[in-house]
Amino acid sequence: MNCFDIENLDLFYRDFQALKDVNISIPTNEITAFIGPSGCGKSTLLKTMNRMNDLIEGCKIEGTVKLFEENIYENMDVSLLRKRVGMVFQKPNPFPMSIYDNIAFGPRTHGVKKRYDLDELVEQSLKKAAIWDEVKDRLKKPALGLSGGQQQRLCIARALAVNPEVLLLDEPTSALDPISTGKIEELLLTLKGKYSIIIVTHNMQQAARISDRTAFFLLGEMVEYGQTEQMFAMPHNKRTEDYITGRFG
Amino acid sequence: MTRKAKFTERLTRVAVWGSAAIAFAALFYIIGFILIKGIPHLKPSLFAFTYNSDNVSLFPALVSTVITALLALIVAVPLGVGAAIYLVEYAKRGHKAVNVIRIMAETLAGIPSIIYGLFGLLFFVTYLHWGYSTLAGSITLAIMILPLVLRQTEESLLAVPDIWREGAFGLGAGKLRTVFRVVLPAATPGILAGVLLAIGRIVGETAALIYTSGTVAQIPGNPMQSSRTLSVHMYALSSEGLHMNEGYATAVILLILVVLLNAASAAAAKRITRTQKGE
Repeated sequence: MNCFDIENLDLFYRDFQALKDVNISIPTNEITAFIGPSGCGKSTLLKTMNRMNDLIEGCKIEGTVKLFEENIYENMDVSLLRKRVGMVFQKPNPFPMSIYDNIAFGPRTHGVKKRYDLDELVEQSLKKAAIWDEVKDRLKKPALGLSGGQQQRLCIARALAVNPEVLLLDEPTSALDPISTGKIEELLLTLKGKYSIIIVTHNMQQAARISDRTAFFLLGEMVEYGQTEQMFAMPHNKRTEDYITGRFG
Repeated sequence: MTRKAKFTERLTRVAVWGSAAIAFAALFYIIGFILIKGIPHLKPSLFAFTYNSDNVSLFPALVSTVITALLALIVAVPLGVGAAIYLVEYAKRGHKAVNVIRIMAETLAGIPSIIYGLFGLLFFVTYLHWGYSTLAGSITLAIMILPLVLRQTEESLLAVPDIWREGAFGLGAGKLRTVFRVVLPAATPGILAGVLLAIGRIVGETAALIYTSGTVAQIPGNPMQSSRTLSVHMYALSSEGLHMNEGYATAVILLILVVLLNAASAAAAKRITRTQKGE
């Protein structure tokens, strides 16, 4: 079963074609990594999956992007799509409010109002993101008082609070130190199985460590996609091999 | 270091120190002058509920100042903040109309206040038949501070990082919720700074008010009655020349009022920043 089926996707920023005829099917409840050098279109592809590209002026999309067989660019409520497909960004971006209010922001957006339900959701989400023990005594304190790594795990908890089916992560550890990075990777491994996770990373070791499948992008094209182990051990494509062995990028 | 460079450095240092010393001296001289001239003449009769030429009470002017400022802010702040939200969050960035409005706001902010007064006189007082009234004065001041509030709010909204907007959108929040729950609260300390500047201009204004609020020295029973703010009161006292001492005493009160407003606003901004950022 696939969570995402993308067919013949072309994406343009005005005259610039950022994605060229991308075809990819992403299985549920696994970790899929998108790798490739800067500007290869991996983040752009990620942002088409919850329609964050809608916010960019002059962005035009051709082809189909299906979430569980439903075309997300036809007759789908964007708010509902983003509830089903959560996103974690490159730079930790907790809102300038309390830890509690950060987590409750999503549920409140989608109509959860009762104090009891919110309390429960906040606790569950923070536990899932493995940060509950660190923040349970300071839920009313500003989230921006946390360390960078804690902030990013808080953002993951915030995304989980609306109970998404898919979690998109856009280079979630690129602004973090190695220890915080390790904690996030560990966390993602515990979340897989319950959520379909798609992670963009420019860190090949990270892709190799945590992902089940890897897709390699170059200049807007998907060059190769397959089982991570197989791809790192024996890439089919010469360009993939060059990138993985560090000959460019 | 060459001798010439050494000399230039010394000269620069002397010039910078000198400028600072002169600037502070002027400031302290003015404040000291007002305090020394004014404090001895502060007496209870200055705070009598009604003004007459014996007590020269400043109390009605103090109340009028607060009423005028509140009325002007009630009109200008929602309008200015609303317009700024439109410009930053809704209008296309870099759109022509946005730039035109921005240039107009900047121009309006630089116009001498007497011109606003003249407009208020012709439009509110005469054309709308409001007469010299607190309302006419307040609305005139509201128009005068509108560009200030708008520009300051715009700057504050622009300073809110896009990653917070993206975060809210990414959770499925719409534009309205994103703006009012995330962006606006984050911009509030900056907006407050703008409101404080606006209050400063209202409290210090005379020219625009003399033509619109008039100069009646009593507490206005309703917004359609004439009144005078503390600054206008001082202007009246000093132009009449009969009560210079009371004029200085009024200046002391005005000074205290401004200091209090500044302190309150700074405290509010600090408190908001602390609940948001924990700094």
